[in-house]
Amino acid sequence: MDGHASGVRGVCVKKESSYWVAMVHRVSGIALTLFVPLHFWALSQALEGEARFDAFLAWTREPLVKLAEWGIVLALAAHLAGGLRVLALEFLPWRDWQKTLTACAAGLTLAAGLAFALAL
Amino acid sequence: MKVSVWKGGAGGSFREFDVPRLPSQTVLDVVTYIQRSLDPTLAYRYACRVGMCGSCAMTVNGVPRWTCRTHVDKVLRNERMEVGPLKNLPVIRDLVTDMREFFDKWARAKGQFKGGLTRRDDFARVAPDSENRRSVDVAIECIGCGVCYSACDVVSWNPDYLGPAALNRAWTLARDERVADNAERLRAVAGDAGVHSCHTHMSCTERCPKRLSPTAGIAGLKREILKSALKGEL
Amino acid sequence: MSARGETLLWMAQRASAAVLAVCVVVHLAVIIYAVQGGLSAAEILGRTRGNAAWFAFYALFALAVTVHAPIGLRAVLIEWLGWRGASRTWFLVLFTALLAWMGMRAVFAVFA
Repeated sequence: MDGHASGVRGVCVKKESSYWVAMVHRVSGIALTLFVPLHFWALSQALEGEARFDAFLAWTREPLVKLAEWGIVLALAAHLAGGLRVLALEFLPWRDWQKTLTACAAGLTLAAGLAFALAL
Repeated sequence: MKVSVWKGGAGGSFREFDVPRLPSQTVLDVVTYIQRSLDPTLAYRYACRVGMCGSCAMTVNGVPRWTCRTHVDKVLRNERMEVGPLKNLPVIRDLVTDMREFFDKWARAKGQFKGGLTRRDDFARVAPDSENRRSVDVAIECIGCGVCYSACDVVSWNPDYLGPAALNRAWTLARDERVADNAERLRAVAGDAGVHSCHTHMSCTERCPKRLSPTAGIAGLKREILKSALKGEL
Repeated sequence: MSARGETLLWMAQRASAAVLAVCVVVHLAVIIYAVQGGLSAAEILGRTRGNAAWFAFYALFALAVTVHAPIGLRAVLIEWLGWRGASRTWFLVLFTALLAWMGMRAVFAVFA
């Protein structure tokens, strides 16, 4: 990469909303990819018998774990909303501004609603 | 006002100049003033000065723009401004970048027209209000200024990525019914170096001075490639 | 990978995404119901074990995840880590196998 102006640092650039939706989509995807194997492992504890599974369920009631769960639900909702946005952009007739707005709204609604419900 | 301008090659740095502020100035006016009155060694490109050629594209406060169409009032912050070369391209010197890879990718995306008719055939008849032609018309005005390429995150992450301009041009040809080599074109733009690496950040659409939407063209190409793959033609 | 191969990956990613959109909504509804009920292991497993319909649903869910996650991870590995070549491919193949194995094991643990 010799000669590229990658070393040209300057003022912080203001990015448009599509960039942030895409970034959230990517970061939440990474978080979910790390979480899912753990989730599968935890569930397979049920194979060891109910006592093991019960012990695990007790652990999930700890406040920090509940917080992490809420974070995962948020990540899932955000990733779903961002994904729906991509599908809309790639497969539906083209409209420029509606896509980002819709996705943001949908994501926030979905995430807020579910997170709240889980917290109950 | 204080204007920071990139001086040198890739390993260069910003140098600050004191430039008089006038009632009506574009960033190109400012760069020209610096070269004529303060630093004759400053290298930069421009041609038409009126927003038709795209030669004056540079990075202003981190954002790629046409400097002849960027009013100083719009970008000055605390009487300061920063001008650098276009990102994602090798710097030759100061504000001048090497545009070869930008145009090479255009060629790799099969961005040239190749028809099937000869002079002995009748004219091709293309209805201007047909769906195909209308989708070409909204994308055809690209003048190859490089702003979209410079704005694209995926170009900066993946050096092989053909980029928004090349793919947008490929789209206009994919929808041109006179074209004879669309199967090869779709193959050329599919995959990691092509449309499948576009993650719809839409920086290109946001920054295009001609208000084109390469994201739309790329989405269209994704659909064409899908159809082609399902038919077993890819 | 060829243009054709990469196109197939893209298609698999979009198809699995569509399946997951449905599965995730159903799963979240189920989980909220279970959490609000404060069910114990015995209660949960009592309802899920031997249930063929839920077994099929969650097997499909796990399969869709096994397809979707590695393809998404692949883009991140190329673009953010610059990881190319055979070693990346092998890593992804192993990761996919791991997800497939663990996913099926989890589905069996809860629903079989």
